[in-house]
Amino acid sequence: MVEKFDAIVIGAGPSGNAATYTLAKQGLKVLQLERGEYPGAKNVQGGIMYAHELEKIIPDFRDDCPTERHIIEQRVWLLGDDSYVGTNYRSESFNSDKPNRYTIIRANIDKWWGEQIRKVGGLQICETTVTELIRDPSGKVIGVRTDREGGDIHADVVIMADGVNALLAKRAGLQGEAAPENVALAVKEILFIDPELIQQRFGIKEDEGVVIEIMGKVTKGMVGTAFLYTNKESLTIGIGCLISDFKNGDCPPYRMLEDLKKHPVIKPLIEGAEMKEYAAHMIPEGGYKAVPQLYGDGWMVVGDAAHFNNAAHREGSNLAMASGRMAAETVIELKAAGKGYSASNLAAYKKKLDDSFIMKDLKKYRELPGIMHGNKQFFGAYPDEITSAVHNWFTVDSVDKKTKEKQIMKSFIKRRSVMGLVGDAIKLVRAVR
Amino acid sequence: MSIMVKVEEKLYQNRYIVDESRPHIQIKSVEACQSCEKQACTVCCPAACYSKNETGGVTLVTDGCLECGTCRVVCQDKGNIAWDYPRGGYGISYKFG
Repeated sequence: MVEKFDAIVIGAGPSGNAATYTLAKQGLKVLQLERGEYPGAKNVQGGIMYAHELEKIIPDFRDDCPTERHIIEQRVWLLGDDSYVGTNYRSESFNSDKPNRYTIIRANIDKWWGEQIRKVGGLQICETTVTELIRDPSGKVIGVRTDREGGDIHADVVIMADGVNALLAKRAGLQGEAAPENVALAVKEILFIDPELIQQRFGIKEDEGVVIEIMGKVTKGMVGTAFLYTNKESLTIGIGCLISDFKNGDCPPYRMLEDLKKHPVIKPLIEGAEMKEYAAHMIPEGGYKAVPQLYGDGWMVVGDAAHFNNAAHREGSNLAMASGRMAAETVIELKAAGKGYSASNLAAYKKKLDDSFIMKDLKKYRELPGIMHGNKQFFGAYPDEITSAVHNWFTVDSVDKKTKEKQIMKSFIKRRSVMGLVGDAIKLVRAVR
Repeated sequence: MSIMVKVEEKLYQNRYIVDESRPHIQIKSVEACQSCEKQACTVCCPAACYSKNETGGVTLVTDGCLECGTCRVVCQDKGNIAWDYPRGGYGISYKFG
């Protein structure tokens, strides 16, 4: 006798957790399977969590959710060889009772999610890898096969939240392998350091946080960005580029990360910190055009496995949580209406996504990945030219300002030509409009 | 600026639960690697699991694998990598993630 559930959720990341919790809270019999030794053991995130989507699922999450620092300042830096030019936005109003963004440590949050799921009666089993989907003769998904002995488990519906690798959907022929230009590889380290030093170096109080998003020469002309985030007692530093660029280049990701850490404007911020973990993770960056089939008879796919990531705004886990919640709500609504989980009924999930910020935002930026991929100047020539121009402008050397303006324009044009500059501007405006 | 990096020192900080003699990733055909011009896996792998060897092929040691999936993506045109997750509970176990 095979045990049967209302729903099986595969994976204990943000999307799987949101789906499992939402289902369990409504009293459905739900099983969440996780291959790691504990929830979070296989998960990697840069480390920013947006409150709004979590708040929709667990309104009082702030009572005990182990977040790190709420973010009061956002910096965007363009790095030159030994310089940066950038913008900072800081607001006292981010110090509210209900902050909008936090830095987080993924494993801590996922363990907390596990507790919340158990509290509402969800069943979470770790150390169990799902090896394939089980289908009935009509092709409808009716359960999963695991690597445990006698490990077949049946359910009315299966929600795949197994992350960017999405092996199950790929093996089952429900989606193709990701193209190298549609996924980035990011590597990061967590660096432990005295909290007093964090507060001094970033000009913040206890619990306040700063995030720095970084572009520029440190990605060696490859399409990519880096980041430095402040946690309570640690800093997270990382860098990621499109896999197609790593594939064509000759710089391994760990060397790029080391170059970032040694950069003259980054080094003083992390000096004296002790590295405690080195992680790597792929990030879906293909946007709207890379979104696979999202549902079928007896199955749905959510989060990174569905390629839900807004690379332009560096939003991922909030799309994951929202899509997990929407998948769960679809199941709940169909069950309440006494309907089954056929593909035509589960189309309601796609409708929810289309009506939400997830598909609207992905659609808005649908041309951006293609433009960035084919136009490396956004990650090489421009950061270089902009930092040089600012350097020229701020160097007082008895050259008159009109000549300086001319020098700067000439340098841009030499590098990219007038038509090139205008063309890039038009492309960018079209892509983000 | 490019710095020599010992990736082993980075991996040393990580927690692994090694599934002895059951590598979860395998190279399908040694010959296919020998005829692969770029051998991009040896550059792209963030844990340096892949290295060029003296026979002109590629040696794979999965002990330090971070389970990111990059090798599978870069080798998809050749399709020479059999990529699986480790058994439940094994492999990298991120303390922080």
